[in-house]
Amino acid sequence: MKSFLFVMRRPPHSGVRLSETLDALLTAAAFDQRVAVLWLDDGVLQLLARQQPESLALKDTSAIFKALELYEVTELCVERESLQERGLTPEDLILPVRLVGRSEINALIAGFFAVVPD
Amino acid sequence: MTVFYSAMKYAVQVNAGPCSGNAGLSAYRFILAALEAGHDVVRVFFYKDGVYHAFRYASPPEDEIQLGRLWSELALDRGVDLAVCISAAQRRGLLCADEARRQGKQDDDLAAGFRIAGLGQWLEAALLADRCLVFA
Repeated sequence: MKSFLFVMRRPPHSGVRLSETLDALLTAAAFDQRVAVLWLDDGVLQLLARQQPESLALKDTSAIFKALELYEVTELCVERESLQERGLTPEDLILPVRLVGRSEINALIAGFFAVVPD
Repeated sequence: MTVFYSAMKYAVQVNAGPCSGNAGLSAYRFILAALEAGHDVVRVFFYKDGVYHAFRYASPPEDEIQLGRLWSELALDRGVDLAVCISAAQRRGLLCADEARRQGKQDDDLAAGFRIAGLGQWLEAALLADRCLVFA
């Protein structure tokens, strides 16, 4: 088993970019690899509650995030400063996440075999 | 004097197209340098807009770099496995001959040296490799 950290830094709903990232993520999870997700920068917006992507004719990626537990993807980390800078709190998100401080991000990333950007 | 070094196995992923950034060229140069240094490249997986590298009929102006041709040569001359994600390719209108026939079309858009594969092949390359690199 190898470990994959998906680092989400971009907002959702800009074309199919995030959908394609999630396809790769679910592939790694389906093959029983250790998969974790780290949301940084505008990527934290992917987890905002009450998204309405249907109006943009896009898939609801937040529904897929909510299903991650079924794939045993449970290491879900959000950078604390990225939330704060956008005026958000964990209560604004669709999932319970682990808050990680900016100073701890390097050590977190270093613990994984592969780092995959969104 | 004998120089000891251990060869590495690299899995490479290319996520950006040839017209929208330098990620593809950087990946190509990295692979070339790795091969020159005696390392192995398990597979290059073209995903997202990276599949645009695999279009047979991409025809950049003569005085520009012919990256598509360079990729093909990498596969045909150096035996590098160039795998193109099927779902990303179909979404962007890149059909290999088999898939085109299945859909009642006559295209064969895949450039020489590339092959169509699924995301499982991306993961397999990562599992076989010592290092995994994504050029995005």
